[in-house]
Amino acid sequence: MKQLLLGAEAIALGALDGGISGVYAYPGTPSTEITEYIQKNKDDRAQPVRSTWSANEKTAYEAALGMSYCGKRSLVCMKHVGLNVAADAFINSAITGVNGGLVVAVADDPSMHSSQNEQDSRVYGKFAMIPVVEPASQQELYDAARYAFDLSESLKLPVLLRLTTRLAHSRAGVERASTRPQNPLNAPYAPERFVLMPHNARRQYNNLLGMQPQLEELAEQSWLNRLIPGTGSTGVLAFGIAFNYVMEVRQAYALDCSVLKIGHYPLPRKKIEAFFNSCDTILVAEEGYPVYEELLRGYFGNTHIQGRLDGTLPRAGELNTDSVALALGLTKKEIMPIPGIVVNRPPELCKGCGHRDLYEALNTVMSAHAQHHVFSDIGCYTLGALAPYNAIHTCVDMGASITMAKGAADAGLRPAVAVIGDSTFTHSGMTGLLDAINDRSPLTIIIADNDTTAMTGGQNSSANGSRLLEICRGLGVEEVHLRTIIPLKSHLAENIAVLSEEIAWEGVSVVIAQRECIETAARKKRNPAAKA
Amino acid sequence: MQINIILAGVGGQGILTIAAVIDHASLQSGLTVRQAEVHGMSQRGGAVQSHLRISDKEIFSDLIAEGTANLILSVEPLEALRYLPFLAPDGRIVTATDSFINMEGYPTMEQILDELRQTNHPVLVKAAELARDAGSIRTSNMVMLGAAAPFIGIAAETLEASIEKLFQAKGADIIAMNIRAFRKGEALSQLQATAT
Repeated sequence: MKQLLLGAEAIALGALDGGISGVYAYPGTPSTEITEYIQKNKDDRAQPVRSTWSANEKTAYEAALGMSYCGKRSLVCMKHVGLNVAADAFINSAITGVNGGLVVAVADDPSMHSSQNEQDSRVYGKFAMIPVVEPASQQELYDAARYAFDLSESLKLPVLLRLTTRLAHSRAGVERASTRPQNPLNAPYAPERFVLMPHNARRQYNNLLGMQPQLEELAEQSWLNRLIPGTGSTGVLAFGIAFNYVMEVRQAYALDCSVLKIGHYPLPRKKIEAFFNSCDTILVAEEGYPVYEELLRGYFGNTHIQGRLDGTLPRAGELNTDSVALALGLTKKEIMPIPGIVVNRPPELCKGCGHRDLYEALNTVMSAHAQHHVFSDIGCYTLGALAPYNAIHTCVDMGASITMAKGAADAGLRPAVAVIGDSTFTHSGMTGLLDAINDRSPLTIIIADNDTTAMTGGQNSSANGSRLLEICRGLGVEEVHLRTIIPLKSHLAENIAVLSEEIAWEGVSVVIAQRECIETAARKKRNPAAKA
Repeated sequence: MQINIILAGVGGQGILTIAAVIDHASLQSGLTVRQAEVHGMSQRGGAVQSHLRISDKEIFSDLIAEGTANLILSVEPLEALRYLPFLAPDGRIVTATDSFINMEGYPTMEQILDELRQTNHPVLVKAAELARDAGSIRTSNMVMLGAAAPFIGIAAETLEASIEKLFQAKGADIIAMNIRAFRKGEALSQLQATAT
């Protein structure tokens, strides 16, 4: 029987069956379940697969590259904005190339269900000039993971596997193929490839440029790029998951338009040219930015092309069957409206969550100040931006709370306060704290330590509890201004006092609010063996 | 055969367990299934939904198109109404009537029932009460699965077998309690269907 898997899990199983020796990742919706699947399913493995969480996407990527350097296959996973963090390693790994297969699985989040933007990782693939695969179904994800490793190993290049939220978080039956053993350790000395001093980098870059026709030819032959022939003058060029919506419309409305499915880049030029010659009008359907629509349209515009740029499809947000049907000129069905009495139900901090008690104390302290800006970060505590707390005023990127508060302090803002979680602090807050200490910036950093990476479902964080204190000491926070509080109702008066003192002090202070996430605490209570 | 189901509720109410049972039963019946769900930020006390599609043919889209859901299965009455644009003209709502209020402006139950009654023969279930009768309020979601069972296109015995399979690790008592809850929901649903 087929196995029921989330798209994210299908990648994990495909990579495992493809013989990976390790997975490296930092949690991020919608990519988290790839690594979690590998962590949870250890039973049927001949050889162990390394899988603990990394501190951030950059450390994850570099470790994966190191494993590949040694001839073994490694998978590295992240959400789209995580690739910004790993971008330095990512782009340069295309210049060095790889030894063992290296696949970077990146899950984009169009419509921003759980993200700050909807950037399209295919742009990064073009930027790095490496092959990109973009499967359209759970089965294709399983098969493509294996395929991407073979491709990477034969080309000696990293391969980017792109998916989007809907596929990552949708389940379907997946048929498993045979398993392949792990590669043996094989670490050849190749400084001419891996020492990117200018003389080597120039040669390696020229090699990469020279490989581009070969990469295009591979896409021409790829099973992920195929034509569904039809009749009529309009054709649809359907990228990634957009293919599903086009085929759904084709089936539901009994259309017979031809569809060219694209799931392997760089674009197969000959296939596309033949397709364009066979149709009068082409609808370009991409899940994400109109990356290839723009390219195919050209600077002065090809009027035979429709898509997101001319408004045939919406410019932003994920596609669906309805938006594609409309784009193909089908009239909208009569539907029942949402009744007026249906009010929004925004997400909120859990009842009993320690962040609630932290914000209650912080709001009391900040209300005494004319300027009450609080710089914050990415995690459950971001929900403090909403009613009833309205306690934080920024959330930009991982780690930015500390560094933005530092810049604000440098500009003269008093008080300058940052709120960051334990996992986000170790992800990219520590270096910002070092900057603040070196500059003696008057700044108070509150680390909301709930002992987990809570927003993504409770993954282990890289450091918490006493280790966070040690890190802060080691970076140079003065002992008297390194405080801990317990965010509980019964400690409210004491917490207000500690926060007031440290916020009043003109220097770097760190207040660590220590209380375990109630969700992970409850899970441990139900299943004591769960957290090892 | 193709059935499109919108599962609706509030983060933490257990709609993904309902989905898991239907998914398993569908595969056991040799059907194709696609089930899109929500992870991440909105799970924290926000509105959550899952699109579940079952067919004896290939399914392309993970998402249900507007106006094509055969069933909205909701564990919270206001949440059932949130997805009305997806309901097919002859589609049906099966919802619990236990409200979960964690926001401003929640309408009165009378207003909600008025809207629900304008749809095609809705099945309204006091799920918490039936779940308590079955042994625990935590089985509310299985009461709701039972109430929806006549409209899913899968035999009740197959669904029960899947409940057994999914709760296997939790022991015989928990399985029996969830089956009891399922049957209470199913009986109520049959009763309401005969009455209308």
